[in-house]
Amino acid sequence: MSAIPQVRANPLGRGTVEAGQGVRATPPLQPPVVRRGTGGGWGGNDGGPLTGGDGLPLSTAKLGLWVFMGVVTVLFSIIVSTYVTRMGFADWRPLPEPRLLWLNTGVLILSSVAMQWAQVAARRGRIDSLRVGLLAGGVFAWAFLAGQFWAWQQLGASGYFLAANPANTFFYLITALHGLHLVGGLVAWGKTTVKVWRGFEVRLSVELCAVYWHFLLVVWLGLFVLMLTH
Amino acid sequence: MTVAILLVVIALASVLFHALSPWWLTPLASNWHQMDATLVITLWISAIVFVAIVLFIAYAVVRFRYRPERRAAYEPENKKLEWWLIGLTSVGVVAMLVPGLYVWAEFVDIPKDALTFETVGQQWQWSFRFPGQDGRMGTVDAELIKPDNPFGLFPGNPFGQDDVLVQGSEVHLPVGRPIKVLLRAKDVLHDFYVPHFRVRMDAVPGMVTGLWFTPTRTGRFELACSEYCGVGHHTMRGLVVVEEEAAFHAWLKTQPTFAQSMSKVAAGTGDGLAARGRDLAQAKGCLGCHSVDGNRSAGPTWKGLYGKTETLANGSTVVVDDDYLKKSISDPNAMIVKGYSPVMPPYNLSGEELDALIAYTKDLSK
Amino acid sequence: MMAQTPYQESLHLHDPQSFWTKYVWSQDHKVIAIQYVITAVSVGLVALVLSGLMRLQLGFPGSFSFIDPTSYYQYVTMHGMIMIIYLLTALLLGGFGNYLIPLMVGARDMVFPFVNMMSYWVYLLSVLVLMASFFVPGGPTGAGWTLYPPQAILPGTPGSGAGIVLMLVSLIIFIVAFTMGGLNYVTTVLQARTRGMTLMRMPLSVWGIFTATIMALLAFPALFVGCVMLLLDRVVGSSFFMPAVTSMGQQLDYGGGSPVLFQHLFWFFGHPEVYIVALPAFGIISDLISTHARKNIFGYRVMVWAIVAIGVISFIVWAHHMYYSGMNLYLGFFFAVTTLIIAIPTAIKVYNWVLTLWHGNIHLSVPMLFAIAFVITFVIGGLTGLFLGNVAVDLQLGDTYFVVAHFHMVMGVSPILAIFGGIYHWFPKATGRMLNDTLGKLHFWVTFLGTYAIYFPMHYLGFLGVPRRYYNFESFEFIPPSAQTLQAIITVVALTVGVFQLVFVFNLAWSAFKGKRADGNPWRATTLEWQTPDTPPVHGNWGPRLPVVHRWAYDYSVPGADQDFLPQNLELVVATAGHEGQRAQGSEA
Repeated sequence: MSAIPQVRANPLGRGTVEAGQGVRATPPLQPPVVRRGTGGGWGGNDGGPLTGGDGLPLSTAKLGLWVFMGVVTVLFSIIVSTYVTRMGFADWRPLPEPRLLWLNTGVLILSSVAMQWAQVAARRGRIDSLRVGLLAGGVFAWAFLAGQFWAWQQLGASGYFLAANPANTFFYLITALHGLHLVGGLVAWGKTTVKVWRGFEVRLSVELCAVYWHFLLVVWLGLFVLMLTH
Repeated sequence: MTVAILLVVIALASVLFHALSPWWLTPLASNWHQMDATLVITLWISAIVFVAIVLFIAYAVVRFRYRPERRAAYEPENKKLEWWLIGLTSVGVVAMLVPGLYVWAEFVDIPKDALTFETVGQQWQWSFRFPGQDGRMGTVDAELIKPDNPFGLFPGNPFGQDDVLVQGSEVHLPVGRPIKVLLRAKDVLHDFYVPHFRVRMDAVPGMVTGLWFTPTRTGRFELACSEYCGVGHHTMRGLVVVEEEAAFHAWLKTQPTFAQSMSKVAAGTGDGLAARGRDLAQAKGCLGCHSVDGNRSAGPTWKGLYGKTETLANGSTVVVDDDYLKKSISDPNAMIVKGYSPVMPPYNLSGEELDALIAYTKDLSK
Repeated sequence: MMAQTPYQESLHLHDPQSFWTKYVWSQDHKVIAIQYVITAVSVGLVALVLSGLMRLQLGFPGSFSFIDPTSYYQYVTMHGMIMIIYLLTALLLGGFGNYLIPLMVGARDMVFPFVNMMSYWVYLLSVLVLMASFFVPGGPTGAGWTLYPPQAILPGTPGSGAGIVLMLVSLIIFIVAFTMGGLNYVTTVLQARTRGMTLMRMPLSVWGIFTATIMALLAFPALFVGCVMLLLDRVVGSSFFMPAVTSMGQQLDYGGGSPVLFQHLFWFFGHPEVYIVALPAFGIISDLISTHARKNIFGYRVMVWAIVAIGVISFIVWAHHMYYSGMNLYLGFFFAVTTLIIAIPTAIKVYNWVLTLWHGNIHLSVPMLFAIAFVITFVIGGLTGLFLGNVAVDLQLGDTYFVVAHFHMVMGVSPILAIFGGIYHWFPKATGRMLNDTLGKLHFWVTFLGTYAIYFPMHYLGFLGVPRRYYNFESFEFIPPSAQTLQAIITVVALTVGVFQLVFVFNLAWSAFKGKRADGNPWRATTLEWQTPDTPPVHGNWGPRLPVVHRWAYDYSVPGADQDFLPQNLELVVATAGHEGQRAQGSEA
């Protein structure tokens, strides 16, 4: 049961057949013979590498995450370009960056490092290191969020209210949106952590968390630099 | 077959409709005949393409209609034909684009000797300002807009003192001279649109925009707001009167300057309470919704309003007197006249301002 | 030649048993698709009624006392927003995208079924929030679907209280819902194609939906940012878009913002949105024409590249909506050029549709009729776009009835015709029954001729200069009384077309239970969705084995083949040597 070269060689697989050659079709509903697969559930989103179908050579969940990060990148790029445009108008009064933001940035870096640690541990099968890394990553992330909230309090206390100046509104808006994305990540982190303690296979989940953490760190560093520029 | 006939009928009917249509561009009254030319070129190219495609489909539907014994051709692509079609389409696009860009290049190049005046939009009326003898307009600031300074001119600015302020929605322009219109808006977006002049531009709060044209014939041309500006949008009309240079200057002389209007305010008395009410109604934007000539608008007309018996939305009736008017200004939604919507925001006016407005409505009901 | 394990190959079905998990909280892409379709059509009927009310006022001004300016502008706004976002976008991507993508690429479901289900429920929430605005004090917003500040959030606009807030919140929720769905569509197309289904073998419907989804994922964030910022301006009094204004004689606490900035954000979303609606329609029409003309689509590769080119270029044309908005006038040159360039790939698509008919064997079935009507309507809408894209012509035709006629032709009627065609085409697959043909033809002729009679003459009101978004045109001297007669005629036709949509709704409901039974492939089509073992397809779509694809999607009337279509999963053995008369043997499975 091998197809002839003309059909195979044509990338579209058009049934171009030379005149005079006969073609007869099999009944269309006849399923072709394929080796029975051994993969996991078809509905799950943690399918392994796809080698058989015509998909890309990486896991579906990872591709989904990359697409999502693409959308988030567009979102923050649009906010940044709006920020830069609005900055050019006459009434822009930059707000003083609280020192606290430097500390928060450090905490977020630690969080990312811990996630990376967890990912390496998961790959090497060191379950204890994995638990430590994962926990530390989550705790640092929560600490970052608390720090951001504290920074809001400080700014509010010194009179930099939400609507007083566009720079203030942008600051609250940007930190809130970034924080919300981190909260979304923490939901995934929570599920992964539960799985670790119950002893499930989590290598992919941990890897996805780590990738997302690094991504949010890069986004934050970009936004932070933007807000430092007057 | 029926399908093919109907398709041909559609093509023919469209062409006939165009030929017989009584609706076409308003007679041109400005220098922008090239815009009309671009439009007509585009229309011809479009019409030819459209008719060709419809007739092609109609023919194909008949010629290649289903017959059980026949089989369709197998014809995945035809590079040569496709390149030809791409080439022809590009030629058509260039034929439309070139005249369009040529006209636009003229539009962005404003003549140096143009007569400049300013149009200010607010919900839902127009007002106009001309530079005075010095030929320069005084500087303005949106924050300075007050009932007695509706254009927001700096009181101390020397260039502004002789600026001519046109209250009311009619503006006069000289024929045969390039006119540059500067546009401002007090509240929301508006759009300066006179169909006969072809050009238009949005008036945007917080910035100054502009356009230019040369009126080529005298006459009265309607000005319409054509950027949606709220519930009274359709009532935001104006009138542009194009006349000979001498008549224009005579008209301009009858309009008050900024200095004159300020001194009137300082004197306080003005032409009596009713006149002050009229100024106030203009400045506060009341006239955007309440006409003074009996026409129905977003709100009830003020002509003949005072003393009238109105039916309210809840079915009860009320006689329009001082109390009703005061109440309806400070709390407009409490007693809505039947047939109108609760869209008016509450106004916090001083007792003196209220008296002036009521005197004005009394004046209109005499 | 043994293949490795493909994704989604084996079956570990946990088939839901109860009614609730099977039809309500379902993760099956087909059920979700139908949920999307029903919700979108329902909300679309609301918008249809609103347009009827609007037409009553325009045709017979003053005759209906309950239509005051406030409610008129609310009808205009809600009609536009519902039709564009909650009907067209949701139906084409959420409905057709969900139903067709997994079936057409040979997958068992979307790759993230749970997220897919959530997408529908969040979409429903956005619809409910929007509908709630009809019942709040002040009513829904009357800001126009473009929601331009400062007007949208100031008291001179109807519904500037709760109405506008609910509208913005609903849009934000919709974008979240769409993002969840969109992640699925893109990832499924990239990852879950079955063996042999290369990108260049995919049906054009999938290409259209796939490209439109990518565009939407890139464009919706701009609307999201615009909505969030406008909401902050409205609720907390920030000044992203709000300059210092004096509204109704009172100075407000805003200052420094730019209304034009919002317009840039809005149209950076809004123009791609036109193609987000158009590209799936393009794809659907390509498949309908090819199937019902029994002929391969002409110039498949060019069609694919045209879709991609349109998708890319549509991101650099947005400011042609803003030629006279107060932005730098010199930008007009750039955007006029890009806008007219996009006409070239679009025109190629039209040529290839009509060339597909050439030498075809054309069945004038109801889907084919809708496809032909689409091409004609779209050609008119596309050509009038050349007027408005050309900056100097836009200066006189912008914001007149010409614009109204143009965008209704190009992104109102055209996609709706494609949707109707698509529903008549795929209904037998989704339900196992055919739609009634006579009712279908009646519905078709009234809809096609009716919409043409509504919108073709409307262009001439635009030439005349009649401005759009006007409650009435009392005492305009440049508008002759005959224009009002035309408005009245348009209203009568519009109401007729509106009422006749009930024929379609009835046909759907009746045929779903009483229609003629359809076999698995009533149109004798090549694409995979017609090759499922069950009709309607069951959860998991393909039975024990995924199909394997051997050819592109358009092998109709292949010379020498016994039948006039070769399904994509059909494997052929063809004689290689030139021996006269040697017959090929079909492969036995």
